[in-house]
Amino acid sequence: MPKEEAFAKLLYLAAAVLFIIGLKGLTHPRTAVRGNIIAALGMLLAIVVTLMDQRIVSFQIIVAGFVVGGLVGVIMAYRSSMTAIPQVVAVFNGFGGGASAIAVGAAYMEALKGEWIEEITIQFTSSVAMAGLIGAVALTGSAIAFGKLQRLIKERPVLIPGRHVINVTLLLICLGLGTWLVVDPTGSFPFWAMVGVASLLGIMLVIPIGGADMPVVISLLNAYSGLAAAGHGWVLNNSVLIIAGSLVGAAGFFLTALMCRAMNRSLANVIFAGVGTVVATETETEDIYAGRVKSASPEEVAMLLSDARRVVIAPGYGMAVAQAQYAIQDLMLLLESRGIEVDFAIHPVAGRMPGHMNVLLAEANIPYDKLIELERINPTFRQTDVVLVFGANDVVNPMARDSDPSIPIAGMPILNVDEAHSVVIVKRSLSPGFAGIANPLFVADNSLMLFGDAKEMAMDLTTALKET
Amino acid sequence: METFVPALTIFILALFVGFEVITKVPPLLHTPLMSGANAISGITLVGTLITSGARLTTATEILGFLAVAMATANVVGGFLVTHRMLGMFRRKD
Repeated sequence: MPKEEAFAKLLYLAAAVLFIIGLKGLTHPRTAVRGNIIAALGMLLAIVVTLMDQRIVSFQIIVAGFVVGGLVGVIMAYRSSMTAIPQVVAVFNGFGGGASAIAVGAAYMEALKGEWIEEITIQFTSSVAMAGLIGAVALTGSAIAFGKLQRLIKERPVLIPGRHVINVTLLLICLGLGTWLVVDPTGSFPFWAMVGVASLLGIMLVIPIGGADMPVVISLLNAYSGLAAAGHGWVLNNSVLIIAGSLVGAAGFFLTALMCRAMNRSLANVIFAGVGTVVATETETEDIYAGRVKSASPEEVAMLLSDARRVVIAPGYGMAVAQAQYAIQDLMLLLESRGIEVDFAIHPVAGRMPGHMNVLLAEANIPYDKLIELERINPTFRQTDVVLVFGANDVVNPMARDSDPSIPIAGMPILNVDEAHSVVIVKRSLSPGFAGIANPLFVADNSLMLFGDAKEMAMDLTTALKET
Repeated sequence: METFVPALTIFILALFVGFEVITKVPPLLHTPLMSGANAISGITLVGTLITSGARLTTATEILGFLAVAMATANVVGGFLVTHRMLGMFRRKD
């Protein structure tokens, strides 16, 4: 190994260490900002070292790519609202996967010309095939996830008849083309054909999955783009790519498993079952709720709140849609000024990505020590006077305690809000949540419905409370 | 084969390091973890630079530009949006 190469490799190792230290920083909110900066410095180091590489003879294309990509990144990072974070992450993730697929394709085409690497080995071609396949699935899968989150395409599952057969066929075609590439690396046709089929597979895999299952999908696609980067590292025999890709893969798979556990569903069930397709009809739910729903006015709820000592707020995706976090913060401040203890109950899959609710509430200046996860908040509901449910439904549905397998959320750990003295559900109508089933909480003896938009109702409650 | 085994060794060991570190991230920070990890996966940029700097044919030039631009957006946007998010988390004061 020439001296320069060894030096570059040592610096790559330093970059990889910075990534690990950076991720370690994310284990606590106090060190997290620093951790993210350390990881970014690791990235900068890796890029600078690479730019010194002898094989780079021209910088025009690189500078053009930096300028265009940098602008897109800055604009998207600063112009997007916190509510749209899941979409933004999906887009960046798709970019990463797509870049891996395209770059290994270009590397392969150059290798075919006899440039750039000494010989085309099986390791080289199989890594090209792997990175191309996974990268393309991550690209189009993320695009569909973005479309669903942005409501550009139907959020409910789209079930294409015979989709399992189609998907297996597509995967087999990809593997066949990949094998062709490995066995006979003489042309670039099998690679691009495989990328094309894999792009279709990415669409087919995500389109049958419903919006509420997006936390799982985004985590999984994140893992894929990590694996694609690692595959890219195998192509170039570059350790920093392998380590970084592997770290991201680990993060993605860990969050995927965690989200599945939080819903008591297997990964296969989330990906293939199309949960959320069947929605209870108005008449069905009316039968269950008929005449048993107690509706309250903001003034009545304000009375209830003014007598409380402890209030817990349980937010769901409805809070994000209504952008109600600031109005809820005002309500929290008013309650606290009257000596009432206020905490937030955070369900792991509330929202559209892991930890989504935390980011929205942090945006509204709510201190993070008030954002309490499921395991820690559940034992406190018995000592809670009022729970305010803002736009959450399935995650507080007591039907989940039922073990009947026909209930899509059976066995899912829920926030036990029904154990509190009173529960107020802020919701626009009695329509079912994503799982498409009725919620007996709405007719429980200690429940009151406050019909309306989450933001408006939070504001009305604050006004009404000021008058009491 | 002489490069395959070391590469696999690094990959597997890094997976274990990843799991060890990441399982300690609290649910509070799962969104920043995901977007931060996502920014790190933009490391593929390093690979795209080598390919696109070689400039052999027009086809690989175009592909190289696309790949560099996408990976740069991933890296820059990913770290910035994570930074923005993390700046919002504060304690009771």
